[in-house]
Amino acid sequence: MSTPTRTPTGAPAHLTGPGSGGVGDSAQRPDGVLKVRGEFAYGSDLWMEDMLWGVTLRSPHPYARVVAIDTSAAAQLPGVHAVLTSEDVPGEKVYGLELADQPVLAVDVVRYQGEPVALVAADHPDTARRAAALIRVDYEVWEPVTDARTALGHPTTDALHESDAEVTELSRESAHLHPEGNLVRHLKVRTGDPQPTAEVVVVGEYEVGMQDQAFLGPESGLAVPADDGGVELYVATQWLHVDQRQICSALALPPEQVRLTLAGVGGAFGGREDLSMHVHACLLALRTGRPVKMSYNREESFFGHVHRHPATMRYEHGATRDGQLVYVKAAIWFDGGAYASSTPAVVGNGGTMGIGPYVVPNVHVDCYGAYTNNPPCGAMRGFGSVQTAFAYESQMDALAAELGMDPVELRCRNAMEQGSATPTGQVIDSPAPVAELLRRLEAMPLPAEADGEVDLRHMPGGVSNTTHGEGVRRGVGYAVAYKNVAFSEGYDDHSTARVRLEVVGGEPTATVHTAAAEVGQGLVTVEQQIARTELGVEQVTVHPKDTTVGSAGSTSASRQTYVTGGAVKAACEAVRGQLLARAERLVGRPVPDLRLAGGQVVSDAEEIAVPLADLLGGEAVEETVQWRHRPTEAIDPETGQGFAHVQYAFSAHRAVVDVDTELGLVKVVEMACTQDVGKAVNPQAVVGQIHGGTAQGLGLAVMEEILIRDGKVVNPSFTDYLIPTILDMPPMRVEVLEYADPHAPYGLRGVGEAPNISSGPAVLAAIRAATGLPLARVPVRPEHLTGTS
Amino acid sequence: MEFLQPATWAEALEAKAAHPDAVPIAGGTDVMVGINFGHLRPALLLDLTRVDDLREWTTGAGAVRLGAGVSYARVITELGDRLPGLAMAARTIGSPQIRNRGTVGGNLATASPAGDAHPALLAADAVVEVASVRGSRRIPVTDFYTGVKRTAMDADELIAAVHVTPPSGPQQYSKIGTRNAMVIAVAAFGLALHPDRRTVGAAIGSAAPTPRRAPAAEEFLAGELDALWESRAELPTEVARRFGELVAAASSPIDDVRGTAAYRRHALSVMARRALTWAWTDYRNDAKGA
Ligand SMILES: Cc1cc2nc3c(=O)[nH]c(=O)nc-3n(C[C@H](O)[C@H](O)[C@H](O)COP(=O)(O)OP(=O)(O)OC[C@H]3O[C@@H](n4cnc5c(N)ncnc54)[C@H](O)[C@@H]3O)c2cc1C
Repeated sequence: MSTPTRTPTGAPAHLTGPGSGGVGDSAQRPDGVLKVRGEFAYGSDLWMEDMLWGVTLRSPHPYARVVAIDTSAAAQLPGVHAVLTSEDVPGEKVYGLELADQPVLAVDVVRYQGEPVALVAADHPDTARRAAALIRVDYEVWEPVTDARTALGHPTTDALHESDAEVTELSRESAHLHPEGNLVRHLKVRTGDPQPTAEVVVVGEYEVGMQDQAFLGPESGLAVPADDGGVELYVATQWLHVDQRQICSALALPPEQVRLTLAGVGGAFGGREDLSMHVHACLLALRTGRPVKMSYNREESFFGHVHRHPATMRYEHGATRDGQLVYVKAAIWFDGGAYASSTPAVVGNGGTMGIGPYVVPNVHVDCYGAYTNNPPCGAMRGFGSVQTAFAYESQMDALAAELGMDPVELRCRNAMEQGSATPTGQVIDSPAPVAELLRRLEAMPLPAEADGEVDLRHMPGGVSNTTHGEGVRRGVGYAVAYKNVAFSEGYDDHSTARVRLEVVGGEPTATVHTAAAEVGQGLVTVEQQIARTELGVEQVTVHPKDTTVGSAGSTSASRQTYVTGGAVKAACEAVRGQLLARAERLVGRPVPDLRLAGGQVVSDAEEIAVPLADLLGGEAVEETVQWRHRPTEAIDPETGQGFAHVQYAFSAHRAVVDVDTELGLVKVVEMACTQDVGKAVNPQAVVGQIHGGTAQGLGLAVMEEILIRDGKVVNPSFTDYLIPTILDMPPMRVEVLEYADPHAPYGLRGVGEAPNISSGPAVLAAIRAATGLPLARVPVRPEHLTGTS
Repeated sequence: MEFLQPATWAEALEAKAAHPDAVPIAGGTDVMVGINFGHLRPALLLDLTRVDDLREWTTGAGAVRLGAGVSYARVITELGDRLPGLAMAARTIGSPQIRNRGTVGGNLATASPAGDAHPALLAADAVVEVASVRGSRRIPVTDFYTGVKRTAMDADELIAAVHVTPPSGPQQYSKIGTRNAMVIAVAAFGLALHPDRRTVGAAIGSAAPTPRRAPAAEEFLAGELDALWESRAELPTEVARRFGELVAAASSPIDDVRGTAAYRRHALSVMARRALTWAWTDYRNDAKGA
């Protein structure tokens, strides 16, 4: 085995302390103090004495043929060590999470603005940037395809009356962006009567804009060439092993020679599932024989990762007069942008869960993912479910209005519960407290109406002083959502954990080693908590995350506490098994109630207490376990039927807003959330996830959107891509329910995504209630509320 | 990139005369953003933060002389009573960090149509004091903005201060942003009632190539108020509404990523109407208090 000759500054260290706390405690984060003090090293802090800086030249055009690339002037600039194009990619020239369709560096055609075309390594970032500007690329610029429905040849006019359109021939204007055509995936759900009728019918068409993950730590990493001809990559990412697979393929190197270590990650939210600078830095490092650092600036970051799919959705709900849902028909179009990324799985979620957590006998859903020349879209928290929730919850409100029924009552009448069947024919075999979540919200007191002294901070518009109460109307809205946890549709979803127990400085100490990316959510804390609970020790060290242990799967799909948590628990159990066996050997007979507690092997019945220090001596016990949740299965391609998802998470929100109806400004006064988490492994972290998810959903409802004109992003900065501030995100009421899922470790449910899904639709409903406007598009802009679009 | 750090005002002026291309830097909240985004690549930075005079404000001859380097945070805490309109504008700017660093001089020199100090300064008839080794001169702020991000300053000049007369009547400042804090103005409005002169100052931001006054609105309102200054009678709602319309009519906004022209016009009319209503209520209440 080859080891790197040197370790960069800013490479991750083992995380220990501060503390204590097992499963169910609000244990402190081991990296918390470092982060609060500003001492935690993020990917952008990586440093090595003789490193070079890598820079990417990107396409200014959304769609063009690359006629010629001339790198000679750039290569001659003093300080430049390498200039690379697709010809320098030794292995496969395309990569991708699910389909390999995205060029490492543009080959012949660029399909989105910002597509990487060439790379430069130089001894100074400025030199590298100047050199990149000297690369001459001749483009033959083509007309971009910028609408998903157009790309698929669907008529875009009179969509309201065009029900269940099938994919037709591509219209003449829409070129094939990829050899197989512009359709990435078409998912069908068919159940019940194909021609249902109902007493009351509501039809609506909805649109969701393109949201960005807006993580604060830009894409960053450092590639170090190794003595064995391989490379060490330190990178801020979400799934080391899937990166490794794609890097190996592009570099034509075996996995042993491409070793990854997780650098400090400043947020992810799905935006780090795809490769960004990974292969680029490795190519430059291998070419120059020097360490190469790449770190995007904020503007480049907007082009350096995938975004949330924008969606247009047409829904038709049929119900009886007393509010029983009879049928739902839906057509959902996701704009996947130029490359597939995780569009197939996003379509999977959007389609299978597209009607919400309701029991509906007759369902007809078509969900499409399309290629266009817009920025590539892929994973983002909520993953296909965020978009559809805006549509189905808007429909539930519209139906309630049509029926003259209370919106919560209508939802509760149709709510899923344990034993209900989903539209994909899956019987829900663990608690599904949809109605209870809503009823609990309803029972919470409402915030007081503003009265007396005007505090601008509580007004729509805030301290910008636009109203002292004039034009302000209050609205309340509810929404409920569900989301699959972990990977679905038959994917072999697993994680690996290595746990070691030894005595360090007289103290029994466990080390947990997984490749599961800590992206800020607190998985490192959870790993410690599980080890403390399972092994009865206080000291738990978290090993840096790297590829010297097996894959943990992605930090996404709300899955790590479940799947990597499950693996850590299983590895601890294996270690414990060894220790108990040793203890029994020591005692000389089986002891049924032998357990680990307080750093000892104890039996209450036999009054045994053997310190682990004595039992282990100088030895270590180590176990590595690969752990799987129960398998899911692929769904039927024509009907969508099948056991697609291993677990569901449920959450509901109530939003209270004040809207300045004359100026179209919104102040969210309060967000309340109820969520069933099965088991709160770390209650404080759970509430943190709920707050954060709520803020991100609120952001999409009222401000967050990447604006695109003719395939070009017009607001790639935090000046104009707005995310909520503390004056936009109100205080919250949170109620956490713990109905155990008997199939999951500790009964837990994934937490991170559900609150991101139900939050925005509740805000939208509240704005509708305040204004009386129909509002079918998010984010809602002041123009939409004032008729000045 | 070279970095000059004059210790005195005279040295600063000499440096600027010797290097007219040098980019002054005060709080750096515009300059550093420009450099980070690659929009600005100055060969020479002229750091003004060591020049103590720039960070002072004094009162004399009826007006406050506000040094170009006084931060927004200090305008709010130290001058909230003397320069209420500017302080209200300052309160809408950025975040606490930006208000600690950002200066009124920097806002003037950037001369962005969206700069928040401008409508307040325009409404208050402020005067900009610029200086060079050739001497100093005073430019009424109304004449200061000559085009999109262009000013009446010469290449060798620096802003020394801005002179603002404390008001004889109420002032208001309102700004629209698409979130409730830390946002660039989509449209902004500054109002100053001058009962001593029986005039009105009304100015708009983010709704034309430069910050600008709304003269027709000012004249209309001054005419209507002529009969009301003494009596302090209630303001007819029709007057406030018409004033709003005239303020909106003074704008020439565009559609951009931050908002549509139609929304900006609409928002200006609403802000102007409301601001006038608040200002007039304050004026009437003042009399009761006095
Ligand atoms: C996050 C953020 C939020 C912001 N929010 C707002 C906002 O809400 N409203 C708003 O109006 N602005 C906002 N700004 C912009 C900025 O803060 C203001 O324009 C501020 O007034 C600039 O002042 P400064 O001292 O930082 O200027 P600097 O960046 O130092 O300089 C700005 C310009 O002025 C020149 N200059 C500085 N001093 C002098 C002088 N004495 N003589 C001649 N030229 C000089 C510089 O050369 C430069 O051209 C924001 C900026 C950021 C980064």
